[in-house]
Amino acid sequence: MSQQPALEVRDLHTHFFLRRGVVKAVDGVSFTLEQGEVLGIVGESGCGKSLTALSILRLIPEASARTVKGEILLNGEDLLQKDPAAMREVRGRQVAMILQDPQTSLNPVFTIGNQLHEAIARQGESSAKTVKERAIEVLRRVKLAAPEERTIQYPHQLSGGMKQRVVGAISISCAPDVLIADEPTTALDVTIQLQYLKLLKELQESSGMAMLFITHDFGVVAKICDRVAVMYAGRIVEMGPVREIFDNPAHPYTQALIGSVPKMVSTSERLSTIEGQPPSLSDLPNGCRFAERCALADDRCRSEYPKVYDISASHTASCWKATPG
Amino acid sequence: MSTPLLEANDLTKHFTVSKGLLFSKEIGRVRAVDAVNFTLEAGQTLGLVGESGCGKTTTSRLVLGLESPTSGEVRLNGNPIHGLTGANERSYRANVQAVFQDPWASLNPRMLVKDIVAESLRVTNWGTKSEISDRVQELMLQVGLTGEQALQYPHEFSGGQRQRVALASALALQPKLIVLDEPVSALDVSIRAQMMNLLKDIQVQENVAYLLVAHDLATVRHMADWTAVMYLGQIVEYAPTVKLFENVRHPYTKALFSAVLPDHPDHQQDEIVLVGEVPSPLNPPSGCRFHTRCPFVMEQCARIEPPIRTDDAGHRVACHLEA
Repeated sequence: MSQQPALEVRDLHTHFFLRRGVVKAVDGVSFTLEQGEVLGIVGESGCGKSLTALSILRLIPEASARTVKGEILLNGEDLLQKDPAAMREVRGRQVAMILQDPQTSLNPVFTIGNQLHEAIARQGESSAKTVKERAIEVLRRVKLAAPEERTIQYPHQLSGGMKQRVVGAISISCAPDVLIADEPTTALDVTIQLQYLKLLKELQESSGMAMLFITHDFGVVAKICDRVAVMYAGRIVEMGPVREIFDNPAHPYTQALIGSVPKMVSTSERLSTIEGQPPSLSDLPNGCRFAERCALADDRCRSEYPKVYDISASHTASCWKATPG
Repeated sequence: MSTPLLEANDLTKHFTVSKGLLFSKEIGRVRAVDAVNFTLEAGQTLGLVGESGCGKTTTSRLVLGLESPTSGEVRLNGNPIHGLTGANERSYRANVQAVFQDPWASLNPRMLVKDIVAESLRVTNWGTKSEISDRVQELMLQVGLTGEQALQYPHEFSGGQRQRVALASALALQPKLIVLDEPVSALDVSIRAQMMNLLKDIQVQENVAYLLVAHDLATVRHMADWTAVMYLGQIVEYAPTVKLFENVRHPYTKALFSAVLPDHPDHQQDEIVLVGEVPSPLNPPSGCRFHTRCPFVMEQCARIEPPIRTDDAGHRVACHLEA
């Protein structure tokens, strides 16, 4: 373990402070993202996966939410200690992000070229000619047809898949060390989704950047992730290499989540379901947060938060019932 | 042969695109649905799959009578549904109900759930006040909610529960057919499974037919007896779901299947990555509409519209490769 991880998040807590109480949306999340790997964060809506990503870039809505505790180490430096000006240097250059909806992440009144030039010029490139050439070059890297024409078009003239490629081009234009992708394919059609996932994987492999991939879809995880972290009610409940999580999920929530996805080839007529709802994030139980919906739960599960068990060298699960295999 | 519950015969819907306000003239036609044929038997499910813009939602709106066709017809129990008036129209509307994709948009936020569910009962003078209220209680239990929850407002429910409310109100008049337009795609994975199981249970209890509009093949495989794959307003492949999943024949369906993400990292399959995006339905390509993106394109594909071939099992494919 000589290599420094690309990104390390330690005990991150991001809470919303509302009049009706404190909503602990991210409540003690820790993970490391190694150089050149793709780590998936999976979970259902409201589990805190997107807020984790926004906390890393310190883009959370400050009026109501704050990161109250934790460390986010990028190249050994804690992002939470940086002032706003230093943070602006980090965003885009060291850590870039692709959001879910390409419709809202591009500015409708500027051309594609304008928006790319802005990102490239921010790196200190001053010659207009080089900026233009670099813009066309990154559009070519994301395999957008006719890049010269695209630079003078506006976002509304492109389809959803093309817009998401432009967003991808902007985010890789500064050659970041870490790319955070927050459900980048959810708004795309299935055949376009496959194209885009393959493109991201190619870009990641050719540049060697590390990628944090946030999704609710285990299919996406199976397609492109090396490791996966499963989140539930603000915490990571299980983490490990993709194959181990699929073959040998240790946490009952992971098991249920994988079991509830309809399969393309299967014989069972009924899907297994998870009854009930996740707990309210403003009134969390002391014990395991999944206990209410878990068939295996006993008194200890309900009263004491489970410790993190090592299932194997690189596979951990927070569950009293998890047995090292 | 007995009459099927629902038939679409050469169903076509073109939207005209016009220019100018006062002396507007037609500058083009969006061929949203073009000569679509299918049948659906009572108590069965037909899945319509395809990507955005393929016409699946327009087809479902034609079946619901929310659009009138440019040509062709939809028949319910053998009777054409467009142009109905009076009692016939009311009986049609009672027999065909819908559940839409977004449960946040389809329920009136100012109405109590009991009033939402009871609305169709009230407007059809289904019974007395107490009969209606009993029926609402019965429906709430049937969709897995409690009777007390009928006294709440939609915002007090989660997405999955709202979709159950939408289903309860669709079931109120014991329809013969429910159009399900992406009924689970707005829901979380674990809630999706609950909803799909519920829909199947209700189908068995009520013998109701579903026209399921979906983009997710696994959902269709799980729910539908028959599947129709649409591309740019046309059905390119139509077959019993089991047959289709055993033997995919149209290149577009093959591409659609290969784009399904694996359910295990070791199940990576051969991919047919399509080039480009779906062409505009305003000027659909000549000949076979898929020829611009088809990996197996041949010379005649651009010129001649492929003939539709049906085998003994009812598996229908529109492709020159089948010749």
